[in-house]
Amino acid sequence: MSTIVPFGPQHPVLPEPIQLRLALDDERIVSVLPVVGYVHRGLEKLAEQKDFVQDSYLVERVCGICSFMHSMSYCMGIEEMMEITVPERANYLRVVWAELHRIHSHLLALGLLADAFGFENLFMQLWRTRERIMDAMEYTTGGRVMLNACCIGGVRRDINDEQKAFVLNQLKEAEAELKRLIPVMTDDYSVKKRLVGIGILDKAAAYAAGAVGPTARGSGHAMDHRTTGYIAYKNLDFEPVVETSCDSYARTLVRCREVYQSIDLVRQALDKMPDTEIKVAYKGKPCGEVAIRCEQPRGEVLYYLKGNGTDHLDRMRVRTPTFANIPALMTMLNGSQLADVGMIVLSVDPCISCTER
Amino acid sequence: MTKATAKSPWVVHVNCNSCNGCDIEFLACLTPMYDAERFGVVHIGSPKHADIMVVTGSVNHRNARVLRNLYEQMPGPKVVVAMGICPATGGIFADCYNVLGGVDKVIPVDVYVPGCPPRPEAMLDGILEGAAILAQKQQNTPTVKPVMKLKIVKPAPAPAPAEAPAAAGATGEQAVAK
Amino acid sequence: MMTVNETITLEDQIAKIAALIPQGYRLVTMTSVDCGEHFDIYYHFDRNYELHNLKLELPKGTALPSISSVCPCAFVIENEMQDLFGITISGMELDFCKHFILNEDAPEKPFCRVPGVAVSTVEVKGEQK
Repeated sequence: MSTIVPFGPQHPVLPEPIQLRLALDDERIVSVLPVVGYVHRGLEKLAEQKDFVQDSYLVERVCGICSFMHSMSYCMGIEEMMEITVPERANYLRVVWAELHRIHSHLLALGLLADAFGFENLFMQLWRTRERIMDAMEYTTGGRVMLNACCIGGVRRDINDEQKAFVLNQLKEAEAELKRLIPVMTDDYSVKKRLVGIGILDKAAAYAAGAVGPTARGSGHAMDHRTTGYIAYKNLDFEPVVETSCDSYARTLVRCREVYQSIDLVRQALDKMPDTEIKVAYKGKPCGEVAIRCEQPRGEVLYYLKGNGTDHLDRMRVRTPTFANIPALMTMLNGSQLADVGMIVLSVDPCISCTER
Repeated sequence: MTKATAKSPWVVHVNCNSCNGCDIEFLACLTPMYDAERFGVVHIGSPKHADIMVVTGSVNHRNARVLRNLYEQMPGPKVVVAMGICPATGGIFADCYNVLGGVDKVIPVDVYVPGCPPRPEAMLDGILEGAAILAQKQQNTPTVKPVMKLKIVKPAPAPAPAEAPAAAGATGEQAVAK
Repeated sequence: MMTVNETITLEDQIAKIAALIPQGYRLVTMTSVDCGEHFDIYYHFDRNYELHNLKLELPKGTALPSISSVCPCAFVIENEMQDLFGITISGMELDFCKHFILNEDAPEKPFCRVPGVAVSTVEVKGEQK
């Protein structure tokens, strides 16, 4: 005889509403039923009603945390459909903002995780460092969260030398601060106590459940879509971060190491950026079908776009990484303890507004 | 009491239908850079402890009931701050089939902070505006005076210095005897 | 541009997909598109960063067999599809009965088009408060 305990939709560790109905046998979870729909708006439908240029702003609101990446994926899809070649400099600028987004998203996730296990000091410190990245984004685009910097055919803003120096300085300061903070996250006794061996997702189960991003990489899969070399990633030097211990700690470690990797990628991109145009003009309307994938902070996103030669798209489908991680989350939760649910849920870095759109 | 609550409002954050943009900016308000805590703002998880409810995102068919439920759980007097354009009108999502509109369709709203997302400074202003409204509401609410009478407790007189070693010695002897 | 690697039918759908899984393919997602008389259902699979797309034409009013017996993780996608397009999916391991993402009072199958209208409109059920 099991007891059903609802976890959410309003819960102190969850910044967003999702309900997990946990069937418990004593304190052990025997099955999980996710109840979603608290944040469902119907964005995919709205994208059909707005025209394809407006959609590039709309898709930023799929998720406020990886907003630039969404508009970038969408623009890449439309560019492929309309056969637009983006200038090289725009590709590098896209890498810069995409990687700044990855840093701020990972710091946010690590901070929330720290808050969830009661380490409020670490949460505050990580978020203070995150503000440096937010400042860098604001200084280069004018927006802290919604950058609106990506447009079809390139990017809307350039980074001049002064801005470049500012970004590099912020990264230097942030890196110095992180060198003190990340070891706390990875080596502290109490942190390890809460994370090591919790929420096991073994390698085979991760693949079968269709896990993506840090969740898959924490389970030993070197699955990083950036290695396919879209935009300017083909000219940058990096290796996917992989951890093999398959638990919440491994997923946290992947994020910690990816923050440094992204800092390095921003530096490389700023360094190698050629001096060309940042935007090309285009003619015509999108027609045809395209499926495009990008690596977001939470994993791979798939955009399916179908144009019919008019201003309006026939269909826009977004498969976000958190949506793909729901089955993986259910696998992790089965058999774990009730007290660990908060840690496990936050270790996959849930983004419910992505999930439900 | 009235003075104290307005100087330190406890805030519960409810995410209705938000895209996360306003959520993370609201959380950023609480962290060292913007530091809402210098105004006494404390972020708490339970609506039962809260004075101010910060709502981000519009209302949809599924979360309207949750929002009303959370609002009813808050003790009065209470203030609702709508953070961002979505809880005000529905914003960019106003035309979506699953969006009912602003938060004010379900619960009364006291302060609107527009923006997509609003800047953290604007959010702080919004919360402080909410705190001012809270103080006003509290003044207008007839309060029941506490039954328990307070009396001033005087500090106990310090023991005379001459007796002190003797007392220590006495307790020491007792301890040995035991 | 997206290439459709294989076109499948309702008869061989499960067999074709079951044959992909042992080859190391991972289900990325399923997409459905309302084409007026029928739905186009795409199954996107991935192996080594290569997409493998299967297409199925489903006449309206026909039930789609679930693939959750071969791909357990498909249940989220299928439930969402069932909600948004009103496609009946048979044999799902976890069936939310068309209320996975939409509430009981939300408009039904909002993604279905009204025939002859380019941009479809959705009727909002119930009164707005």
